[in-house]
Amino acid sequence: MPEIVDPEIADAEIAGPEIADAEILAECASVSRVFGRFTAVDGVDLAVGPGEVVGLLGANGAGKTTLIRMLLGLLPVSGGSVRLFGQLPSRASRRRVGYLPQGLGLYDDLTIAENLAFSRAVFTGTASASTDVPDSLRRYAAIAVRDLPLGVARRAAFAQVLAHAPELLLLDEPTSGVDPLARARLWETISQTAADGAGVIVTTHSMEEAEECTRLVVLAGGRVVAAGTAAQIVGPARTTVVRAANWAAALRRLEAAGLRAVLAGTELAGTEPAGAEPAGTPLAGTEPAGTALRVPGRPAAEVAAALGDLPASVTTEPATLEECFFKLVAGG
Amino acid sequence: MTGPAAGDWPAIPWGAEAVSVSFGGLRALDQVSVGVRSGQVTAVVGGDGAGKTTLLRCVAGALAPTGGAVRRPEAQRIGYLPPSAGVYDDLSVAENLQFRSAVFGITGAAAGRQVGEYLERTGLAAARDRLAGQLSGGMRRKLGVIAAMLPEPELLVLDEPTTGVDPVSRADLWWLIARAAAGGAAVLMSTTYLDEAARAAHVLVLDAGRTLAAGTPAEIVASVPGTIAVVPGRPDDTEERRRAWRRAGTWRVWHPPGVPASEPVRPDLQDAVCVAALRAELAGADA
Repeated sequence: MPEIVDPEIADAEIAGPEIADAEILAECASVSRVFGRFTAVDGVDLAVGPGEVVGLLGANGAGKTTLIRMLLGLLPVSGGSVRLFGQLPSRASRRRVGYLPQGLGLYDDLTIAENLAFSRAVFTGTASASTDVPDSLRRYAAIAVRDLPLGVARRAAFAQVLAHAPELLLLDEPTSGVDPLARARLWETISQTAADGAGVIVTTHSMEEAEECTRLVVLAGGRVVAAGTAAQIVGPARTTVVRAANWAAALRRLEAAGLRAVLAGTELAGTEPAGAEPAGTPLAGTEPAGTALRVPGRPAAEVAAALGDLPASVTTEPATLEECFFKLVAGG
Repeated sequence: MTGPAAGDWPAIPWGAEAVSVSFGGLRALDQVSVGVRSGQVTAVVGGDGAGKTTLLRCVAGALAPTGGAVRRPEAQRIGYLPPSAGVYDDLSVAENLQFRSAVFGITGAAAGRQVGEYLERTGLAAARDRLAGQLSGGMRRKLGVIAAMLPEPELLVLDEPTTGVDPVSRADLWWLIARAAAGGAAVLMSTTYLDEAARAAHVLVLDAGRTLAAGTPAEIVASVPGTIAVVPGRPDDTEERRRAWRRAGTWRVWHPPGVPASEPVRPDLQDAVCVAALRAELAGADA
C-alpha cells in the first residue's frame, strides 16, 4: 500500500499556544520514558494553563497513560522534566489535582456519601460524618456504588474529583458508556470547571469528545505528531465521498481497485444553517443521494474511475478529525 | 416513532416486535421493536442500562422475552458477539477460528482464504499464534467479530463491538461490519456513540428500556418538532436553560413548535437524539 502523504496535515502546527510561565499548571519538557528497550514516550512537550481543556488523542500504546502517570509523579521520567504547579510532582502537589481514572476510583462497597466523606478526609485531613452530596445524587446517596447504574456512579466520581476544588483535572476517558444527553451534561461540568480557572487534561478515543476540547495533542509512537484546535488539525483537508443507492456494489468495486472505503451512512453531520446548500457538489455521476462511503486520501478522479459505470455520485467534502487522526498516526 | 409499522414487516426478515423483558420486578425492555434488514446495518444506541444488551440477546436467541415476538433464523445461521467475551482466552487466535469452524462444519479453501483476508486486513495476521487472552481489547473484539462472521450468518448480532476500543481498531471493526452487510448479512449492532450509529441505515435509540426514537437517521432528524438554535453560551433564561445542552464548545437550545428561534440550524442525528432525551426528561419533570 502506498504511503499517503498530505502536506496540509504534515504542516499541522506542532507548537502549543504561549502560556505565561507563572500560569502553567502542568508541564512536560522533552519528557521520555523507556521500558527496557521500548520507548513509550519520546521527547514530549506539553503545557496546560488555567481555563484550558487539552485533549490527548492517540491509539492504544501511543503513550497517553504513561504520560499521565509521569505527570502525577507515579512513574519516574527517563529523560526531560515534569512540573506540577511549577514543582516536581509530590504528595503536596498531587493534592491540588483531581484524577478520574477509567475505573472511576470509587470504593464499590461504600455509598456515594461515604466515598465523598472518605475522599474529603484524605484531601483535607479532617474527618466529618456529614458530607454534602450534590442535589442530583441525593436520592442515591445511601446506596453502595456497586449497586448503582454506571451513569450515576460516573456522576458520583465526577463529584468526588471536583469536591476538593482541584486546580488541575486529569480525566481518563471520562464519558465512556454514557448516553448523548448525559455526555453533554458531563461536558458542561468539565467546561464550567475550566471556565472557573482550572486546567483540564482529557484522554479520549472519541472524536465527538475531542471537539469539546480547547486544544488537542495527538500522540503516536510516544511522540507528539500534531497539536492545535480540532479546526487547525483538520485544516483545509478534504475527503472523496461516494454516494450510491447500491453501496455494497460500490464498496466491492472500490475494494477490487485497492481503495479503502469507510461506510458513512446516509446522513453526514453538519451544522449549516437550515436551508443551506449541502457541502458536496458532484464532481462525477448523479446528484448526491444514497448511502455514503468515504475514501480518505484518494483523489475523486481515481475513485470515479474505480466505480466505472455504477450509478453513484463522487464529491469531495471537508475531512473529519478522525480521518486526519489516521493520517497523522499512519505517518508517525 | 416506535419502530417498524405493521405494514413494513413483510419486507423485514428479522427483528423484534413489541418485545418486553422483566427481570424480577424490573422492566428491562418495554414494548421495543426493531427490524433488521438484510444487507444493511441497524444500530441500537443508548447509555449503560438502556436495554441494548437485553434486546440483542433476545434477537440472537440467548434470552426469551417476557412478551412480544422475535424473528430470527435458525441458530446455525446467527452470528452473535456477546458484550464482553466472544473468544476463548486460553486458545490462540488460529485455534479460536479453527474451533469455531469445526463447530459450524465449515471446511474448504474459500472459507480459509476469507478468514486469511480478514486477519490480514485487520492486523491480526501476525498474532495468529498468540493466546486470545493476551491480546489487546481491540484485537480481542476484532477476533470475536471475525469468529461471529465465520459461518456467513444471515443475521449478525454484535453487542458493543467498539466500546473502549481505540480509533485504529474501531476503523478495522467497521470495515468488518461493512463487509458483512455488503455480503448480504442483516447486521444488528449496539453502540454508545451516535457518530457510529449515524453510519447505519436504521437506528433505534433506547433509554431506560423504552424507545426514544427509531427509523432511518433522516427520519429521526425529520421527526424533531420545533427548531434548534446555536448560542455561544449557556442561556440566562431558566426556561431556555432546561432545553439547552452543550455541544462542541457552543450551546444548542431546542425551541418547541410555536416558539420563535433566531438562527436555527439543520439538526443532525446527535441533535435529534438530545432533543428526544430532553423531551422525555421534561415530560417526566412535569408529570
